[in-house]
Amino acid sequence: MTGPGDRSDADPAQGAQAPSDGFRKGAFGVTGSGDTSGFGGLVRVEPGGAVALHSTERPYGGYFDEVTDALIEAVGEATYAAAVRRVLVDRGEITYFVEREHLLTLVQALRDDEALRFELCSSVSGVDYLDSGGPAAGPHRPRLHAVYHLTSMTYRRRIRLEVAVTAEDPHVPSVTSVYPTADWHERETFDMFGIVFDGHPALTRILMPDDWDGHPQRKDYPLGGVPVEYHDATIPPPDTRRSYR
Amino acid sequence: MSTTYNPADPYAGSRETTEGRVYTVTGGDWDLTIGGDAVGEERLVVNMGPQHPSTHGVLRLVLDLEGETVTKARVVIGYLHTGIEKNVEYRNWVQGTTFVTRMDYLAPLYNEAAYCMAVEKLLGIEAPQRAQTIRLLVMEINRIASHLVGLATGGMELGALTAMTNGFREREMCLDLLEEITGLRMNHAYIRPGGLAQDLPEGAVEHIREFLEVMPARVADFHRLLTGQPIWQRRLKDVGYLDVTGCLALGATGPILRAAGLPWDLRKVEPYLGYETYDFEVPTADTADAWGRYLVRMAEVNESLKLIAQALDRLEPGPVMVEDRKIAWPAQLSLGADGMGNSLEHVRHIMGQSMEALIHHFKLVTEGFRVPAGQVYVPIESPRGELGYHVVSDGSTRPWRVHVRDPSFVNLQATAAMSEGGMIADVIAAIASIDPVMGGVDR
Repeated sequence: MTGPGDRSDADPAQGAQAPSDGFRKGAFGVTGSGDTSGFGGLVRVEPGGAVALHSTERPYGGYFDEVTDALIEAVGEATYAAAVRRVLVDRGEITYFVEREHLLTLVQALRDDEALRFELCSSVSGVDYLDSGGPAAGPHRPRLHAVYHLTSMTYRRRIRLEVAVTAEDPHVPSVTSVYPTADWHERETFDMFGIVFDGHPALTRILMPDDWDGHPQRKDYPLGGVPVEYHDATIPPPDTRRSYR
Repeated sequence: MSTTYNPADPYAGSRETTEGRVYTVTGGDWDLTIGGDAVGEERLVVNMGPQHPSTHGVLRLVLDLEGETVTKARVVIGYLHTGIEKNVEYRNWVQGTTFVTRMDYLAPLYNEAAYCMAVEKLLGIEAPQRAQTIRLLVMEINRIASHLVGLATGGMELGALTAMTNGFREREMCLDLLEEITGLRMNHAYIRPGGLAQDLPEGAVEHIREFLEVMPARVADFHRLLTGQPIWQRRLKDVGYLDVTGCLALGATGPILRAAGLPWDLRKVEPYLGYETYDFEVPTADTADAWGRYLVRMAEVNESLKLIAQALDRLEPGPVMVEDRKIAWPAQLSLGADGMGNSLEHVRHIMGQSMEALIHHFKLVTEGFRVPAGQVYVPIESPRGELGYHVVSDGSTRPWRVHVRDPSFVNLQATAAMSEGGMIADVIAAIASIDPVMGGVDR
């Protein structure tokens, strides 16, 4: 499968435009295969890939400014500047990209401060941004993101926090002390992505069997699967089918 | 016998013989050995499930019992894990619908709707008005079906078999309607990104109206059968108590939260599909127990009937799929000589008349459409609470990640809080009042 991960060795003469953000290659310039349809190896990646790398400038609009101001007031300007690396407003949703050292300070303030009151932690999950386009995953662009969706029932607001860690050091503090509901969410995220939530009361697998190896929802987890014969045609396993990216 | 009680090793006294030291395992001295230990006399660990008729699905409970009192309840899940979230990453955006509908299999249309609304939010499009009204319509029929199954299986687990037979009988009416509209009783894949797979068939509106005439009497029958019945009341009242604080701490939403007194219903507080323009109430109770949850669900069935009637009145002729030919599935389904498939008219069009139509059809079917990069979280009110879809796109024809915040998964965490300290029989009532669907819990 031709993925965006191998863009580094893409020959510019093949039509690959590989600036630091988005790129497109393949199509009719594809070589090395009999496929002239343009579908084999066609790769088009949006700037930044799945993870947007830019930051939104103030004002954010809507209630986002009120939430941000209240958050700054609650934790202090210095802590906020150290904790929140950047803020992204996209499609009417706000995402705070948070440093893991300050995560607990932030969620505690988000839950308890009178102007914030995010009483409900709707969801904690993970996303693996390995090879999602944009700069390659590495220490500067950690691939594993723990994503928190917080809901304020008092003000009817929603925000998203994201903490990014590398696969080599996948430690994030557990928020179960603030939001007990995160218990199973964090266990599932550990199970599926291998993100280790420090301070969780019993971080064990929850969906996969206890003795399972690996973390299935990581992008580099082998899918397995066998070719299936159907009506005299052989259908390859999903991860080796040609990809129309 | 020369064996003496040895405080260092109370279970095995010993004596010296010519062959060496001989140990004698003794018994009957439990009172001596237990001493001041907090463990009571009748501590028993019972494993319940995963194959058990009263655990509401493939759910395993590990219960610490003291007599009949539960001192510890631990929930073990994962027996129905099917990796749907991972699978969706290897299918195109339209195919995703057929996967997510199999998660919470008693509320399939909610999964489809939330997923499609998330994809539409990423695309920046909106389904046509008629499609939105029909979505609301089928979802409310689905809510009635789901609540009836919750009541039926809950009743069965408590020994009220007539509740089960009646509940499934009434639910069958809902499923007949959904089958007529979508073609399938469950796992419909009816709601698609951009609209619906097809319009309402002829006669569907009349059949829904007939259903609306019959159903209120059936709801009244349930009240006659169960609500006033002393056994039903005693099995549910003060069982599975969880107040608002507990609900928020444990993330419980839906009827559990509303039975604790908080009128938190996403259809009211964060309206979607035009719910803010409909006239309906959010039923609540103040008992915070299984009884309150039962009453809330029954009242919600009535509210859903109101919503269905209003949606029927609002149905205006119009398209049920967006106009954009780069997104809208090109073919209309029709019944041919060899079964359901693309309509003959469409096949004639692409094969004989329009090269562009053929190209569009081919591209959409093989490759699918692209969704601009980004992430969204779309929550809707499913019968069990907040159903949230966190969908990430990298700009390609497949989802980069789909995470489902399933209300059953979150609500089931409340099992320990609801049942510890109570009787073992009440564990069953408490779990039945959570109404978890294991397909959604394990995904």
